[in-house]
Amino acid sequence: MNIIKCAHKVCTILMETSRPIYIWVLLLGIFIFPINIGAQELVLPKDSIITINLDEVILISARKTLDYHRQPKPLSTLDEYLESSKKVDMVKRGAYAWEPTLNNMFSERLSVTIDGMRIFGACTDKMDPVTSYVDVSNLSRAHIASGQQGTEHGNTIGGAINLELDRGNFKETGLYGGVETGFESNNQMSVVGAEFNYSDSNFYVDTDIIYRKAENYVAGGDEEVEFSQFEKYNVSANGGYKLAEDRAFTASLIYDEARDVGYPALTMDVSLARAIIASVGFEQDALWGSLTNWKSKMYFNKVTHVMDDTKRPDVPIHMDMPGWSDTYGFYSQAALKAKRHQFLFKLDGYYNKSLAEMTMYPNDPNELPMFMLTWPDVRTANGGVYAEDELDLNGSLLKLATRLTVQNQNVADEFGLNSLKIFYPEMEKSKTRFLKSISGQWHKMWMPWHFNAGLSYGDRAPSVTEGYGFYLFNSFDNHDYIGDPGLDNEKSMEANTKISWEKSKFKLSAEANFFHIADYIIGEIDPSLSVMTIGAEGVKIYRNLDYTNLFNTSLDMEYAILPELKWSGLISYHRGTDNNGGNLPFISPFSYRSGFQFDNRSFSAALRITGAGKQVNYNPDFGEDQTQAYTVCSLTFGKTFKFNNDSMYAKFGVENIFDEYYSTYTDWKNIPRMGRNFFLTLSYSIN
Amino acid sequence: MKTIKLILVTFVAALGLSSCSSDGDDTPKIDVNPMAEFNLVTNIEANGHSLELYSEGKTGFTTGYNELYVRIKNNADDTYFANPEITWMPVMHMMSINHSCPISELAISNDYNTVTKGYVIFQMPGNADEYWDITFTYEVEGQEYSVTETIDVTAPSDGKQTVSAFMGSDDVRYILAMVEPTDPEVAVNDMQAMLFKMENMMSFPSVENYSVTLDPRMPGMGNHSSPNNEDLTYDAATKSYKGKLSLTMTGYWKLNLKLLNSTGEVLKGEDITEEIEASSLYFELEF
Repeated sequence: MNIIKCAHKVCTILMETSRPIYIWVLLLGIFIFPINIGAQELVLPKDSIITINLDEVILISARKTLDYHRQPKPLSTLDEYLESSKKVDMVKRGAYAWEPTLNNMFSERLSVTIDGMRIFGACTDKMDPVTSYVDVSNLSRAHIASGQQGTEHGNTIGGAINLELDRGNFKETGLYGGVETGFESNNQMSVVGAEFNYSDSNFYVDTDIIYRKAENYVAGGDEEVEFSQFEKYNVSANGGYKLAEDRAFTASLIYDEARDVGYPALTMDVSLARAIIASVGFEQDALWGSLTNWKSKMYFNKVTHVMDDTKRPDVPIHMDMPGWSDTYGFYSQAALKAKRHQFLFKLDGYYNKSLAEMTMYPNDPNELPMFMLTWPDVRTANGGVYAEDELDLNGSLLKLATRLTVQNQNVADEFGLNSLKIFYPEMEKSKTRFLKSISGQWHKMWMPWHFNAGLSYGDRAPSVTEGYGFYLFNSFDNHDYIGDPGLDNEKSMEANTKISWEKSKFKLSAEANFFHIADYIIGEIDPSLSVMTIGAEGVKIYRNLDYTNLFNTSLDMEYAILPELKWSGLISYHRGTDNNGGNLPFISPFSYRSGFQFDNRSFSAALRITGAGKQVNYNPDFGEDQTQAYTVCSLTFGKTFKFNNDSMYAKFGVENIFDEYYSTYTDWKNIPRMGRNFFLTLSYSIN
Repeated sequence: MKTIKLILVTFVAALGLSSCSSDGDDTPKIDVNPMAEFNLVTNIEANGHSLELYSEGKTGFTTGYNELYVRIKNNADDTYFANPEITWMPVMHMMSINHSCPISELAISNDYNTVTKGYVIFQMPGNADEYWDITFTYEVEGQEYSVTETIDVTAPSDGKQTVSAFMGSDDVRYILAMVEPTDPEVAVNDMQAMLFKMENMMSFPSVENYSVTLDPRMPGMGNHSSPNNEDLTYDAATKSYKGKLSLTMTGYWKLNLKLLNSTGEVLKGEDITEEIEASSLYFELEF
């Protein structure tokens, strides 16, 4: 049995190494990282889920695995790491805080967590996705699960991204540290980072700090993209203490602050985006005899987000738009092994307060400021149970998972409630919803073939914006949006399959998933409403569309020309339509990646090409226009130098070699991407 | 104990004086001052009496709707006359002409038999050369008295228009005044207005069964409007026009109006379009 699992892991890993471009994506498997596994099993057992799910794990912290070669750009932003995923595309509104999409679905359809902790952005305009409040220095890896396979930490439609914190985990590594620095020529971004860690079998503490500052970047053809600067720093500490051989206490704290962040695609910038993310946990090997790996965590996080338009010339009206999002939560989980079954049970809950306001200052100084609550202090209380069973069916594996959640949303602010009652006179202050998810995932192997298939059903509650947003301006389609507290839950029926074939030198896999989403939540124009934002074209109200269909498919190849030299390629196709056959917005056109990778442990080099075809299916009603085809190339070199015990790793590269001027379908209002960029990073580690 | 009682009673009074009824009770003395929570707008001394004029929110007379409470004190013993019969007549003394304005009767308010209540709608402020006075004729203890006092009528401090005097397309002069909301909120507000026609210089009877359409706008926000407003229709019980006013945010709002007679003919005002950004008939508010 174990052999089958291991073999599966290995082949998945090898398939994943076909990820070209920038960074390596791989499944952490026991063969590739034998050093880790013994130590980590103590309190952080490897996710057995990976064996069946079509998950992707992006390795972020190379330091602990001494595997810099797999990172084409070690100090790149977390956004760039995520973008290297096969399923993730990043929506760009500027150079900072990109919004991850999975299976062509946005934040509200995803569950994005940090070590299982729920956290919600405080910006009504999605300028602060959760991923913007951590940095690569905090993380060991990002776990990406597609569709209902991602419900472990919360209800989702499109999938889940869980960012795992980097921690010492009671390994006998002693004191060690490192400094890193990086520079990018295009936007003169400088990055400085340092970490200092200690770990032994009873105690560990990890600390790190990172600072980034970037000026405006320059698109292809020397066109400066104004208001694309940013500055951020992040400090984190986490530690663990073993109370006894079989139990440990853990704690973590992250402080992340960005200032002076430009959003060239939007009408406003950000003067402050700040998050404090804290948790305490308790872990015990066994519980009540048969349960194992009992892990519990209590956490809170506080997000503050302040938009700013004072640096913009010619704004029709100046406004302040601060937002706050506080979340308190917990989870507790334990595993159970019984013959052919491998269960995981999880109980979780959170309480979130989302409040955002807007004050507009009239051009006539004698007039009073105009004030509204754009998020009316919505209090979301959510509690759920999750259970999964991985079942060994003699030669094939079946994973069944389910989540049941009850969620209550309450509009705590009287002013906000009265505002919404303008639109919904009958609306109740409080609304309770029941959410459910059930999924089955099956894996069968006939060497050299692997076959995966899954079927699932899941639903989600409307987000705060969709349920309670009040005149939120979307600059992409140039409409004000108003939420509807009476929306039905969005329900997804999903099927996925993957078939792969591998011989020693050649690997090939084809994958597809299909979502039929009933009561799909999307903005519809209400022509009777009058715009609030000056210059907006109209007002949209969130409505349940009868249904939409989303289809994603990809073909992944890898060929080892020499043991050190590999070629890999990926092509993908996506389609999204509504119940009238109309196109959904933000659906990727045909896209491709291809690359050569050379790696002999001390020296590495990679040449990569990414591109997309012309966008054929787009929807002008949502502000889309046809995105043109593009191809960009990058070239990187890496070298490790040894000094006694210490080591230094240098990476040099050039991205967008031919300085192509281009934008992709996820670029907000077609802001162009970065032009030619040289980067150099140096990592020095002291052992 | 006494303080508590006082607080309690004033609280009840502030709530709208709904708990006690003193119909037919001629006892003038009361322990508490029913006007304690109100602003004394003016005090007219005459005939050994003091006519005290109170307002709930205002500190003076302003153009538009003024709800006033009037009581008469006997200066001799500092008591207030019960059930006084008072009539009033405000007059504007213009350069060449005098005229009055819409008023209600002064009637005993339900709660205290010493306090009468009514309203005056001043359609214009006074100025250096033109002024308002107000004549009270009242009967107490079987004797009739009269007093005329010059008063200062100003535009509201925020300068916002809450009354409009205009000539309708039927060649009748009308006065339309906003009564509610006095304290607007970001919500659906109850809106109330009163309509009078100028029968002659001194007579302004209220007009029944017309209607007033409502289109609130924010000129500072590209003429943003709000949804779910309800046009004002005649309410016979209050002899006023009632509707619903939605305000989506704080700030300056222009309430564009159109006056229609009972057969639906437009007497004043225009629809708001791309070209016509404001109606000639409007109220303003800012909060």
